[in-house]
Amino acid sequence: MERKITKVPDIPVGKWVKCNKCKEILYKEDVHNNYSICPNCGYHFRLSSRRRIKQIVDEGIFNEFELNIETPNPLNLADYSKKIEILRQKTGIKEAVLCGIGKIDNEETVICVMDGNFLMGSMGYVVGEKITYSIEKAIEKRLPLIIFCVSGGARMQEGIVSLMQMAKTSAALARLDEAGLLYISVLTDPTYGGVTASFASLGDIIISEPETMIGFAGPRVIKNTIKQELPEGFQTSEFLLEHGFIDMIVDRKDMKNTLSRLLRLHKNED
Amino acid sequence: MEKTAWEKVKLARLASRPTALDYIDNIFDEFIELHGDRYYRDDESIVCGIGSIGNSKYTIIAEQKGRNTKENIMRNFGMPNPEAYRKSLRLMKQAEKFNRTIVTFIDTKGAYPGIEAEQRGQGEAIAKNLIEMARLKTPIIAFVIGEGSSGGALAIGVADKVIMLENAIYSILSPEGFASILWKDSSRVQEAANIMKLTAKDLYDMGKIDKILKEYIENEKFSVEKIAADMKEEIESFNKEYKTINSNELLSKRYNKYRSM
Repeated sequence: MERKITKVPDIPVGKWVKCNKCKEILYKEDVHNNYSICPNCGYHFRLSSRRRIKQIVDEGIFNEFELNIETPNPLNLADYSKKIEILRQKTGIKEAVLCGIGKIDNEETVICVMDGNFLMGSMGYVVGEKITYSIEKAIEKRLPLIIFCVSGGARMQEGIVSLMQMAKTSAALARLDEAGLLYISVLTDPTYGGVTASFASLGDIIISEPETMIGFAGPRVIKNTIKQELPEGFQTSEFLLEHGFIDMIVDRKDMKNTLSRLLRLHKNED
Repeated sequence: MEKTAWEKVKLARLASRPTALDYIDNIFDEFIELHGDRYYRDDESIVCGIGSIGNSKYTIIAEQKGRNTKENIMRNFGMPNPEAYRKSLRLMKQAEKFNRTIVTFIDTKGAYPGIEAEQRGQGEAIAKNLIEMARLKTPIIAFVIGEGSSGGALAIGVADKVIMLENAIYSILSPEGFASILWKDSSRVQEAANIMKLTAKDLYDMGKIDKILKEYIENEKFSVEKIAADMKEEIESFNKEYKTINSNELLSKRYNKYRSM
């Protein structure tokens, strides 16, 4: 199905977007009105945290936790703090995760949504701290927890501090588990490294969007190590489902409904 | 004169550096190795077993590099696959059951980045160790003896007390990786090493580890006996102190330690 897309002379810049999969040029608003899914081929575009929250919580009402945690610069890197400041202005968010409480079909839930636009969703001190705080809030209020993951992994600009966030978030999840509360991890494109090797893989239920890239080591690192080509479909959500590491693949259009059903199925009988 | 971080990286990777088994042989009166994760295979990049010092019994979990080419192939150059972490977890849970203190030795370039490692859930295996180590009701002491790189090190490193040898390193990734990702220039590896704060002293100053042990090094020769004697003393005093703490207090202490990081 070849379509002529070469001559689009007077399209206003910024109103159109090209699908990464089928390469179709699409009207941005059509994509946004379609859950940021390509109307042509079903490709799931990456979502900002704000847009994700709008799609998931009732009436888009989300009570974000008021946490003013400064991004530290433990390695005293020359450009790091400046880079963070620029990203804050560019994205309108303070760090790579939004955390708060919202309702999903009237079920109150603690929700964390990572944001790939902020240093590839990498986990440094602030991300680790906000996620840990959210887990502790879920325990305190006896609410279920959902984390939408997207991350290149631990944030190396913060050195060992970022590594320790893996232990911190996992320790908090141990307490959530002991408290008998539900944790659903939703993996979105891409989820890698220290996030895969901590909270992303620790859900009671793990869901992924279709054609999501998920792994511990990145494909380039693996290729350089083993010096051979990687098999087709390697590290996709379909690959992980086949190998038994996720419970299901859910289309974005059905995500809210699926989460809502799971939340209801975990409600105590009374 | 204090060595630069890069010099320490080189020492941490030195082929003649003692490996975990060299220390184990010198520390424990007795050691019996136990094998296999009970799901897939025995991965010898991590050595597990039970041992004793006097009347005290321990479970030992150790990342093991080879001491020659043949051994390195057998040990996968000390880079664990998921089954190595699953074996470790199996035996750490056994330690909890039999009320034994756990001693871990960290020495790895990282968890192995391979096709099969991913197929078998490298990320899941590490994550599972982190959550379980956070709540194991038995004391855990960890020694970083060489390279402590990334999640592959932390996967056996969540502990009540973390001790590093003076020329060991502990970091989020290798200096090579840091330079190539951050600066797109892997030749700046020395510069990377010097700013990453990966030495024992840096990490102690940052409050991320609890103690540094001396290496008694002369002309690139290490005195295994002397280092092991100090380790043994640490293990024994740790065991004595932590065995008396009830498990609720132990777990809340451990939680608070990582909560503040």
